[in-house]
Amino acid sequence: MTIALVARLLPAVALAASVVAPLVVPNEYYLQVLTQAYIWAIMACGLNVILGFAGQLSLAHAGFFGVGAYTTALLLTKAGVSFWLGLPAAIVLCSAAGYVVGSICLRSQGHYFAIFTLAVGIIFHLVIQKWESLTHGHVGVIGIPGPGSLGPISFESTLARSYLVLACLVATLAVTARLLASPVGRTMLAARDNEALAASVGIDVMATKRMAFTVSAALAGLAGGLYAGFIGFLGPEAASVEVMFNSLLYVIVGGLGSLSGPVTGTLVVYGLSQVLQVLHDYHMVIFGIALVLLIRFMPDGLAGAVAALMGRGR
Amino acid sequence: MTLVEATGVSKRFGGLRAVDGVDFRVEAGTITGIIGPNGAGKTTLFNLVSRTLPVTEGRIVFDGTDVTRLAAHEVARLGLARTFQHTTIFHHATVVENALVGHRRRTRAGVWDALARTARLRREEQEARAAVMATLEEVGLAEQAGRPARGLTAEQRKRLALAIALAARPRLLLLDEPSAGISAEQTRSFIALVERIAAGGVTICLIEHQMQVVMRLCQRITVLDHGKKIAEGTPDEIRRDPAVLDAYLGHR
Repeated sequence: MTIALVARLLPAVALAASVVAPLVVPNEYYLQVLTQAYIWAIMACGLNVILGFAGQLSLAHAGFFGVGAYTTALLLTKAGVSFWLGLPAAIVLCSAAGYVVGSICLRSQGHYFAIFTLAVGIIFHLVIQKWESLTHGHVGVIGIPGPGSLGPISFESTLARSYLVLACLVATLAVTARLLASPVGRTMLAARDNEALAASVGIDVMATKRMAFTVSAALAGLAGGLYAGFIGFLGPEAASVEVMFNSLLYVIVGGLGSLSGPVTGTLVVYGLSQVLQVLHDYHMVIFGIALVLLIRFMPDGLAGAVAALMGRGR
Repeated sequence: MTLVEATGVSKRFGGLRAVDGVDFRVEAGTITGIIGPNGAGKTTLFNLVSRTLPVTEGRIVFDGTDVTRLAAHEVARLGLARTFQHTTIFHHATVVENALVGHRRRTRAGVWDALARTARLRREEQEARAAVMATLEEVGLAEQAGRPARGLTAEQRKRLALAIALAARPRLLLLDEPSAGISAEQTRSFIALVERIAAGGVTICLIEHQMQVVMRLCQRITVLDHGKKIAEGTPDEIRRDPAVLDAYLGHR
């Protein structure tokens, strides 16, 4: 009884906590870290659509994050476009890129798909790094203007920007929740569970997976665009393999295929890695052990462990 | 009217001719059986007709459309559904969600409908739930609707696999060994169910090892052995066919 009540209240409590959090952090630095965590959470939610819902291990998503970030950054700095156009442009471009990449890569399956997409991600990274006339290569893009203001609302302060990112995260969760609860989401899960059975009742498995890939690339683009607008400078590392595997870690620790899992995973893993920074070089040792233990004892991630605790089974 | 007409279909796996130049028909409104010893190519023939496997040679026409080169989901959309030998269901979903996936081909709502929760999506979802509840009722799983599918018994899983296929409202239903692994009593109730489905206007073609099931249910029987068709006819003709006796009992 009480457990069911807690389960029902959990999302509201989480939302309230994330709204209050930016107000109670001790200083600007923590606010930056928190906002950065929200951005990575959006990225993780995006990755979860293709990996958790559709069951395809895409390693190209840091590439989409980079493309989204550079699209926004270059439109803002070189074309003088407003952030409010630059951000949607990043989403649109990443959707289109996701559709094309998905159409090609999804012809392969399993490990081959993972390696194929890893190569695509690396190609994105290299193009960003080497196309110096456009991206300034290793120097990166500096002095990216922030969101400025939208109508009467000003986003000059870090606090206001933090809330902007939070709003985008809530929107991302709404999108994934609606998708999952719809026939479209059910079809994705069915294709993940058993492709042959899904096809036998008329489901176009390829189109289903491609759609999941496109949505997930669009969300990675959103995260990238916010990153560019929020941080103010950008280097090719944004599209690196490191970003890819960090995002993967957030999703897996949080719980594959669960709605809130990727957000929880991001907050915990990113938060932990920040806290452990004080140990300098040793922090990876502790971090590594913590990860092994997490994955050993919570194979379904934090979300799976919480669900089991509440006896809802998932 | 002929619903399925396969002409000279072959399937080679490397040097093995799993199905070898078989002519095969299913007449609309009948229950057709496919029998034969293990390894005769029965399931492979099913996989060719349902487009789960590519055809090496030959031509398959379903309901007047050449489906030889279509994808599995395309022929499914023309009105063909099937079950699999190793009973397959969507393990991570509830019983009703499983059946809803079968119903999906009859709905149109896409991503935008899902994101905007359009009227079309809500209407389709309501209709879909009503339709699949009727299907679950038909196969005797209505009371299990909200349960996770993986918690079902083997026999209930078979019923669910059937419900998934039926929810797609097929004109032709292919059943791969529907009575395998269930008790004699359960088999009797399963036969009754298949007869009810057939009476409802669905053409049925089934692979079956239990002779009494085949002889009782089927109007026409095709016998395969080593990938080739060795006999075809009514149950009485098949019972007396010397080639069939040879295949099952060996040469004297």
